[in-house]
Amino acid sequence: MNRFSLLETPLEPPRLVEALRHPSCGGYATFEGAVRNHNEGRQVLRLEYEAFVPLALREGERILAEAQSRFGLERAFCAHRVGLLEIGDLAVWVGVGAAHRGEAFDACRYIIDHIKHSVPIWKKEYYTDGDSGWVNCEQCAAAHSAHTAHSEHS
Amino acid sequence: MSAPALFGLLLTGGRSTRMKRDKARLEYAGRPQLDRAMELIAPLVSRAFVSVRAEQQDDPQRTAYETIADLRHDLGPLGGIQAAFHAHPSNAWLVMACDLPFLDAATVRYLIQRRDASRLATAYRSAANGLPEPLCAIYEPSSRASLEAWIAQGMNCPRKWMMKGDVELLDLPNAHALDNVNTANEYLAASATLGTSGATRGATSGGANGGMSDAPLRRVSVRYFALLREQAGRGSEALATAARTPQELYEQLQRDRGLQLAPRFLRVAINDEFGDWQQPLADGDTVAFLPPVAGG
Repeated sequence: MNRFSLLETPLEPPRLVEALRHPSCGGYATFEGAVRNHNEGRQVLRLEYEAFVPLALREGERILAEAQSRFGLERAFCAHRVGLLEIGDLAVWVGVGAAHRGEAFDACRYIIDHIKHSVPIWKKEYYTDGDSGWVNCEQCAAAHSAHTAHSEHS
Repeated sequence: MSAPALFGLLLTGGRSTRMKRDKARLEYAGRPQLDRAMELIAPLVSRAFVSVRAEQQDDPQRTAYETIADLRHDLGPLGGIQAAFHAHPSNAWLVMACDLPFLDAATVRYLIQRRDASRLATAYRSAANGLPEPLCAIYEPSSRASLEAWIAQGMNCPRKWMMKGDVELLDLPNAHALDNVNTANEYLAASATLGTSGATRGATSGGANGGMSDAPLRRVSVRYFALLREQAGRGSEALATAARTPQELYEQLQRDRGLQLAPRFLRVAINDEFGDWQQPLADGDTVAFLPPVAGG
């Protein structure tokens, strides 16, 4: 089983947890990221995730391998959704198994932070007012046009 | 035990609903794709056939070769493969679509070299999405029963069959050898790269001039994601470019495609690996410009 996977179907934590079990583990930690109905003051209707699949799979594996050796984990998995998601749907699941609770908690946090930071997955929010936008992208586009306008005027 | 002899099957029965023209007749470098593809396959197999729909059996361009007509008209490419096994059940089939103008002999030879005759089929993984590419693949005689069972279930997608079956999957040695051409715009882009008239270079040339310019052009694929995909109005494209680095290519695309994100916000990937803005581009590279990510 790959440590990192991209799924077009709903995440099923009970099934995912099964893959974690190992006799040498004394502590398990999991994280579930869900679609919430608001972001930065706007009401969100649904989300769409898009991935650069080959690179996302490779980068996800790299992060989980790094976490596994850094925290001495017996098990480390992450599954991320792609496609259209509704409010409440799980977008990402992280699960780790370690000898003790400390490493388990720390590793789980490490993995989700790094997945969000560097795996090529993008999120589009659809708002109740009919607007939509790519998270972390639109402000760059705005900054870019502001920058362009500024240089044109100077 | 040696592997069953390999026959070739070029699929030309597609209805070209998006192109609205017979893809077998589209010309690249002055030659119809049907002839280019048959020249590619024929030296590599014992016998090469053109797969046709029943109503295409009198088409002179196709009957210049040995043909095999579909038994059923409603199965798409799978119907061609079914008819081939019906005609020659003890041979393995190198099956190839007729809309792959970038497919090169090295890619086909590598498929044949890495063929695993103990499995049902050998195929490439798509460079775009990792899924099996059923229309540049080798089907062993042992796959026939499984394919017939698949058809009997009312299924006609050979990719889905491959995803469930015992299939050897290979990574493409050339990431865009299987870029296909479905629309008039994709044809224009491909023919600009490969040339449309007989005046262009021979098919074996490694350059990508396309006879269009004296500048040294590189043939690259570009992939767009998220906001850039929407701004470019496409998910990918093949083009010939004078750009020497991803930075120069992005500057060109900002002009040509109206991309609105400044490069300082982006990362570059070359051939599915993170890369560098100043890394020299090589002919055949696939370049992706990655907007700020937002997983989780």
